[in-house]
Amino acid sequence: MPVIQYREALNQALREEMSRDPNIFIMGEEVGAYDGAFKVTQGLMKEFGKERVVDSPISELGFVGLGIGASMVGLRPVIEVMTWNFAILAMDQIVNNAAKVRYMSGGQLHCPIVFRGPTGAGTQLSSQHSQMLEAQYAYFPGLKVVTPGTPRDAKGLLKAALREQDPVVFMESELLYSVKGEVETGELVIPIGQAEVKRPGEHVTVVCWHRMIYPALEAATKLAQEGIEVEVVDMRTVRPLDLPTVLASVRKTNRCVVVEEAWPIASVGSSIVDAVQREAFDDLDAPVIRLNAKDVPMPYNKKLEGMYAPTADDVAAAVKKVLYIG
Amino acid sequence: MAARVRKAAQTRPRERPVAVSKTSSAVSPKSGANGAVTSKEAAAPSKDVQLLMYRRMALIRRFEERAGQSYGQGKIAGFCHLYIGQEAVGVGAALACAATDYTIDGYREHGHALARGADPKRVMAELYGRKPGYAKGKGGSMHIFDVEHRFMGGYGIVGGQIPLATGFGWASRYKRDGTATVCFFGDAAINQGAYHESLNMASLWKLPVVYVVENNLYGMGTPIAVSNAITDFSKRSGDYGIPGEAVDGMDALAMYDATQRALARAKRGEGPTLLEARCYRFRGHSMADPQTYRTKEEVEDYRTHKDPLNIMKGHLAKLGVGDAELEKIQSEVNAEVDEALKFSDQAAEPEGQDLYEDVLGH
Ligand SMILES: Cc1ncc(C[n+]2csc(CCOP(=O)(O)OP(=O)(O)O)c2C)c(N)n1
Repeated sequence: MPVIQYREALNQALREEMSRDPNIFIMGEEVGAYDGAFKVTQGLMKEFGKERVVDSPISELGFVGLGIGASMVGLRPVIEVMTWNFAILAMDQIVNNAAKVRYMSGGQLHCPIVFRGPTGAGTQLSSQHSQMLEAQYAYFPGLKVVTPGTPRDAKGLLKAALREQDPVVFMESELLYSVKGEVETGELVIPIGQAEVKRPGEHVTVVCWHRMIYPALEAATKLAQEGIEVEVVDMRTVRPLDLPTVLASVRKTNRCVVVEEAWPIASVGSSIVDAVQREAFDDLDAPVIRLNAKDVPMPYNKKLEGMYAPTADDVAAAVKKVLYIG
Repeated sequence: MAARVRKAAQTRPRERPVAVSKTSSAVSPKSGANGAVTSKEAAAPSKDVQLLMYRRMALIRRFEERAGQSYGQGKIAGFCHLYIGQEAVGVGAALACAATDYTIDGYREHGHALARGADPKRVMAELYGRKPGYAKGKGGSMHIFDVEHRFMGGYGIVGGQIPLATGFGWASRYKRDGTATVCFFGDAAINQGAYHESLNMASLWKLPVVYVVENNLYGMGTPIAVSNAITDFSKRSGDYGIPGEAVDGMDALAMYDATQRALARAKRGEGPTLLEARCYRFRGHSMADPQTYRTKEEVEDYRTHKDPLNIMKGHLAKLGVGDAELEKIQSEVNAEVDEALKFSDQAAEPEGQDLYEDVLGH
């Protein structure tokens, strides 16, 4: 199977789906002539023309709203937000219009639209440019929120998103764009809302998604040398949450660590812990531990930035804690 | 805040702004950068002010060149947007301000901070992520604040600073303290709702704010014609009953003159003005920009014929300032920047516990 970058996998998904469905168009800042701020849309304007790959002004509320309108009358927009930090300006359109129009219109209208772009930490970009915002969107009924961590998941889930009937918030990561992995050429559709066991194990369940699968897998590899077998569950989608997969794993291992890059209060991880303690209380041999980013805005300084998100060492320590060792 | 702001009247001694002469509108406009109105000769400020303009522009130029090198060496990280080519906008406008007036900008703001009199050592230390930096190493290139000189910050969200400036204007009027605000933003920010909502309120309440759109012809890699229905930005104040004026942003005297008139109008209670500073950035959007969207010839043309430092030299020559004096300023400025680099190299990094400091007040 070909090994490609996360950004190329997204590019493939867009190219294949645009060839399949003429109603799909892309709009966003620098997506066309510049080939995309992170090169996800590279070559697409050349291939599909300016009608289908549209450079927008920097007016997030405006072009995000425009995309929602277009989707309500039959098109399938892909709205690239250069980063989700900037989509905060468009939040009203996404959560008050896209998320609710089906409900509010009694099912007369709906929005098949994909909002996509990177969320999470960058490289020393400081507070306004480094935020993990999946909880913001997962909060609102009416949105699906996808957080792929591998190139294969990126391609398969984006293709699924482009065939959805409802709005999908598709959250990539600046730090994942150059990550490489095996990806099937051509048709690969991964259903939204299904977690995947990325590494099986019997002693502890580590639940993670997005960029946090990497410290989780790294910790699992290290711990295996000590005879501790960690099961790594990648949620892949944070709304809807695939709780059955999490619960099945916890029932097997009886211990659980949840790792998220987001802040601790009102996070997706807190909903997972809530479900685990409610549904699998009798199966648990230790309290669930949740690892989060430090509860501060992201600092610029590299050393402080490095202290911000959970690391493989943090995961390993938490695993040992729920095992009552070390 | 009150205690800190009161100190704003003290600028660093060598650079204390000097009283300026009155403006006159009698002189007919000449054509400047991108067809903008050029400096009105009669409004020329004193020789001391003009020398200070040169000094600050030279400081910004040198500072930005060296910051670019440090970025190349990995000493500066994140995004780093250089102001080279646009020095006249920031300096002309900043020197038109009273020490108590506020200025605020987006992320291309090292130059604006220096234009107000910020300490190059602390600006550079912030770019280096060090503790003596203006944000203790936690803001970096996009977030320089020097409240003492009433430079109210650099912000990373395009257009996000414009409502804040409008709020400063509201406070000035509320307190009747005679201050005004100059708000800088890029041409691309003019399409944000934040701009339009701010102009409506500023006009409605006659707030003392001067909005300066720095039209450098590109928003990142997008030429203005691709993202704007109307590219004559001086006209984009019209719907709100606010005057708009195009200014040659490569000429510090033109910027100074226009900003002074707009500030005077604001302080008379007549409300906001939009100034379109027609300018050009000589470097890429940020250090990461390969600049495939514009030609070498275009950049060279501006560098050769419209360099704001050369234009300023021309003004000074008319006042009898010779090369020797300018070279002396240049070498002082070079030394100042060298010192800033050395200071930053040696400055301490923040400590682990600093991560938690300044999240909320105590
Ligand atoms: C709301 C928002 N959208 C997008 C960006 C990414 N971005 C940063 S600068 C920039 C271009 C802005 O150009 P302009 O306002 O003309 O200022 P200039 O860089 O030319 O000084 C873009 C798209 C951002 N920082 N904030």
